[in-house]
Amino acid sequence: MNDQAVQLSCQELVELVTDYLEGALPEEERLRFEAHIGRCDGCNVYLEQLRQTVSMLGHLPQDALSAEAEQELLDAFRGWRAS
Amino acid sequence: MDERELVDALRSGDEDAFRELVREYQPSLVRVARMYVPTQVAAEEVAAETWLAVLNGLDRFEGRSSLKTWIFRILTNIAKTRAVRDGRTLPFSALQEPGRVPEAAVDADRFLDPEHPRWPGHWAVKPQPWPEDALLASETRSRLAEAIEALPATQRAVISLRDIEGWSSEEVRNALDLSETNQRVLLHRARSKVRAALEDYLK
Repeated sequence: MNDQAVQLSCQELVELVTDYLEGALPEEERLRFEAHIGRCDGCNVYLEQLRQTVSMLGHLPQDALSAEAEQELLDAFRGWRAS
Repeated sequence: MDERELVDALRSGDEDAFRELVREYQPSLVRVARMYVPTQVAAEEVAAETWLAVLNGLDRFEGRSSLKTWIFRILTNIAKTRAVRDGRTLPFSALQEPGRVPEAAVDADRFLDPEHPRWPGHWAVKPQPWPEDALLASETRSRLAEAIEALPATQRAVISLRDIEGWSSEEVRNALDLSETNQRVLLHRARSKVRAALEDYLK
């Protein structure tokens, strides 16, 4: 069998990274993915950068509600309660 | 307080319970509403309308879905109705068939030609490891936030709920009424673009 036919290219691999991280790759494709990562520096760094990106997003502050917006909603709540 | 108790507290008019719920969900509600309406102000109006509908509908909430899913379903219904009223085209294609418009995770010019005799589709310009200290810098976090803001609204909603708010893929699918595949496509595009923006900044 032609080796190129079963190997993923780097360009193909970057499109599978989310499926891989989500555990959504079928077994055979996951093995091809991991085999490629094991021998390719560029893709190894790419995968690590995706993981770092996700991790950094997890540390971003969540949007906070302004005091004014909260007050408006609480006023609406009181109006609802009184009705 | 578990969900049952929270719902009972709301029904009995407990303001603290309502405040807790509003603090938890209001920012996400506004973000999801932005997928359907064109401005921040309109999104905030949709969210406010949602809270009233939630309160008025409490007696009908039977706990068959989670409270979170139920609230977001109400929001999307209100937002869609408003989008139709305003004569705005719903983001159907973006929401339901995101895969139909191809989008590369990494620019094609970063790779060798797919017909390259020796290294087809191999990196022409490899990504370089990012310096650890730069990742902790506040400037990097600002760039990250900017990259999120620059995303199309549907991608922004999915990546915000998944990666910033920490929702599970199932919760996001239920709240936004997306298929598993479409949720993943939107997340993939969003993460790929944010990574590319960081690479651009850190290189």
